[in-house]
Amino acid sequence: MTSFDAIVIGGGHNGLVAAATLAKAGRKVLVLEAAVDVGGAARTEDFAPGFRVSSIAHVLNRLHPDVVKTLELEKHGLQIARGDFMPSVALSKDGPPLVLHGAYGEVLTGSTPSEQSAWKELRAQLLRYAGILKPFLSRRPPDLAGMSLKETAALGQTALALKKLGKEDMRDFLRVLLMNVADLLDEQLADIRLKGLLAFDATLGSHLGPRSPTSLLGLYYRLAGETGGAAGAQMLPKGGMGAVVTAMRSAAEKAGVTIRTAAPVARIIIEKGRAVGVALDSGEVLRARTIVSAINPATTMLDLVGPREIDTGFVRKVKNIRMKGDAAKLHLALDRPPQFTGVDAADHKGRMVIAPSPDHVERAFNPSKYGEFSAEPVMEITLPSLSDPSLAPAGACVLSAVVHYVPYALKEGWDAGKPKFLKAIMTQLETYAPGIGKSVLHTELLTPADIEARYRMPGGHWHHGELQADQMLMSRPVSGWSGYDTPVEGLFLAGAGSHPGGGVSGAPGLNAAKRIIAMKG
Amino acid sequence: MNHQPTIKPSKARTAAQGHFRTLRLGTPFQPRIDALARTQDWYNWAGYRAPHSLWDEELEYFAIRSQAALFDISPMTKYRVEGPDAEAFLDRVTLRDVTKLKPGRVHYTAWCDDEGFVLDDGTLFRLSPTRFRLCSQERHLPWLLDSAIGFDVAVEEETESIAGLALQGPTSFAVLRDAGFAGVETLKIFDLAEFPHDGGTVTISRTGFTGDLGYELFVPAENALSLWDRLMTAGELRGIRAIGYTALNRARIEAGLIVANADFTTEHAIRADRLRMPDEIGLGFMVDLEKGHFNGRRAILEARARRKLRHVLVGLEIEGNIPAEHAIVYHKKSQEVGLVSAAMWSPMAKRNIAIASLTRPYGDTMVEDLWVEIYAMRELQYQKLMKRAKVVARPFIKLDRRTANPPADF
Repeated sequence: MTSFDAIVIGGGHNGLVAAATLAKAGRKVLVLEAAVDVGGAARTEDFAPGFRVSSIAHVLNRLHPDVVKTLELEKHGLQIARGDFMPSVALSKDGPPLVLHGAYGEVLTGSTPSEQSAWKELRAQLLRYAGILKPFLSRRPPDLAGMSLKETAALGQTALALKKLGKEDMRDFLRVLLMNVADLLDEQLADIRLKGLLAFDATLGSHLGPRSPTSLLGLYYRLAGETGGAAGAQMLPKGGMGAVVTAMRSAAEKAGVTIRTAAPVARIIIEKGRAVGVALDSGEVLRARTIVSAINPATTMLDLVGPREIDTGFVRKVKNIRMKGDAAKLHLALDRPPQFTGVDAADHKGRMVIAPSPDHVERAFNPSKYGEFSAEPVMEITLPSLSDPSLAPAGACVLSAVVHYVPYALKEGWDAGKPKFLKAIMTQLETYAPGIGKSVLHTELLTPADIEARYRMPGGHWHHGELQADQMLMSRPVSGWSGYDTPVEGLFLAGAGSHPGGGVSGAPGLNAAKRIIAMKG
Repeated sequence: MNHQPTIKPSKARTAAQGHFRTLRLGTPFQPRIDALARTQDWYNWAGYRAPHSLWDEELEYFAIRSQAALFDISPMTKYRVEGPDAEAFLDRVTLRDVTKLKPGRVHYTAWCDDEGFVLDDGTLFRLSPTRFRLCSQERHLPWLLDSAIGFDVAVEEETESIAGLALQGPTSFAVLRDAGFAGVETLKIFDLAEFPHDGGTVTISRTGFTGDLGYELFVPAENALSLWDRLMTAGELRGIRAIGYTALNRARIEAGLIVANADFTTEHAIRADRLRMPDEIGLGFMVDLEKGHFNGRRAILEARARRKLRHVLVGLEIEGNIPAEHAIVYHKKSQEVGLVSAAMWSPMAKRNIAIASLTRPYGDTMVEDLWVEIYAMRELQYQKLMKRAKVVARPFIKLDRRTANPPADF
């Protein structure tokens, strides 16, 4: 039997990044994936005969450049070209859409000249401020209990960057940091379509409305991400999100990582406070010096380790991580490409957003607080087969949409509520793309509850823990243990539940691996 | 046009809010204690009206050492811990190895938070393989319930429903035997057994807080008064006396026993540096690294490895006969190194004794040249006394009758 230095639980993208990085540092690494294929919620899957779609994550907008570099993903088939950047299209019921072109609206069309110049200024400001936060993505959160000289110096860099903004700008950065996005937008913009789009983007995937305090942070998080060196840029990877994972897998295997699929881990074996191995569902036991869990932190600590092996205070903290997802995923197999009113051919290849105004987004949020869904849900829509015909039969089309503000626990229960919710979504789509309903060959709607069951994501939350101010940085996944290590010696967390959070970035996996290497784990 | 609505509280609501009218609760023994309370010297014990003394604190102390003293311990916090995982649960919560605690036995233990700071100390009674009683100074239900996550165990507070008495002193065994508790002579120190009483049962353990021969009795609250009467009647010729806390406190100092929030500060501390690890309050012996995981294990190990243990709790013998209560401890008469938390002139040891917390290395590796500064009030003038203190072993007194088998019949 081969022995391994490190076992990585979970072959999602963060697991693969952590494994590849550790292997490149000379460790023998085994990745254990419960499903039949790696990739987690970043797979490309069949959902109807001949139709394939990116399972949950469908837009690449924050794959960390250090991950691309460390894993040499471009050598392994990942293509990122500026020409692939897709626009964001704010759909409108009564008129032409507003479009953000290039990297998050380098050019804005469909609005007035005064709005264009206001946007230019706001965009520059948002990117400037997101840039301050950006370095935090690629390192451990500040450790209040004590930091190394290097870490302190890195934090000093941030202070310096703040100072470099100039007095007025620095004050404004601090003023707006914890603001709600709607108020900030009202300060600077007039066009409710643009404001609606930004309000949607700031809150997507979180349990916050545009008027909830701190909702602006979500926009910073998005803009701190970059693609092809351009902040805020987004693209649809050729072959779907699964292609990114394929490149990661290839990089990992090239580095010597062993990957075993259909190998769900039943528990982490602890001896004298130290993780020494894992037991699979099959009963097989595998031992290693370092155990890296790239799955959900609560599942890791409460199910695989179990409360008996950790302290009560830590159990409390882990149980208190909020992770009820608010987003559903809709996949439609269409017999022909839909026509969204007023949208030109190029923009159909973009990310089309139904979020007509911040008020509309806020109103869509409200019912979710009480276990209900909105009659007019907000969503982002992509038609990936338009730019990648391999995803659908000739002439047919794939629609992939993230529908927001979908309660994890629907009051009436999802069995009864799902058909009604689907109807609300289809009605909404019909308004913007008349005739779309008649072209549907097959429908797949994944509620947060479905996502939880299918992708082993508790609460169906793609961040594996709400990404809000109280669950960020040194509070992620829990306060006191944000540095990827855990109270169990030899056990590390490397998933989206750890800093900086979710999205296909690979940052948690990379940061965790760096931490393990630094700790000689 | 000033319409202020008049809100009339409903009768039911008023009745439900009556708790504040009784500022301090009575225990199930209160009618008997009130009848004996000549000094009317009360204090607040966990919300209960408890006596500092009942008739004469000196004589109450000597009742412990020469006769039999009856002390109401009902206000002590009591938890019933029951279920197939009760043992595993308590093993995870507390420091000592609960798997070694056999049914019918009691041990003194403590429990910590994640940081290894002591939350409380107390006694754990194993009533059956799957049923325990955990007694403590402070209340811990939320902590215990959260600790029960992942265990098949029920934790219930039974402070109100179970009344408790400590019967301590040389004649305590004879009192119990005369009261008709057949077989009580078989109880060795830290044993417990159930005995019939008043149509129910009473749990008697050979335990106590005095360092003397003694027992503790737990009974359902409704049978409390009949138990009191049974003991008082049986003990009449053996000098049984009801006592208050002042007397008990003296006995426990002589026995070298510590009290949470008197000799060490627990989770209520506002100042972070007041919290203490087991090694810092003389409870390091409880920490069992051979058993499975328990709360605080990681932190305690780390503190030991990194020598982060800053304090030590010691027994002191101080020259002279003036109690050094709350005196500052000095090294070489000048450098402050600690504080006395409890002190007395011990009539049994015939020594001036104290329990003190010192900052290491003082009291640990440096035990020479220690002094305490006592402020003796003499007719409205403080006289500052700098007295030499010597680190000595606890307990300050060791009474053979505490552990003698069979217990002596005085």
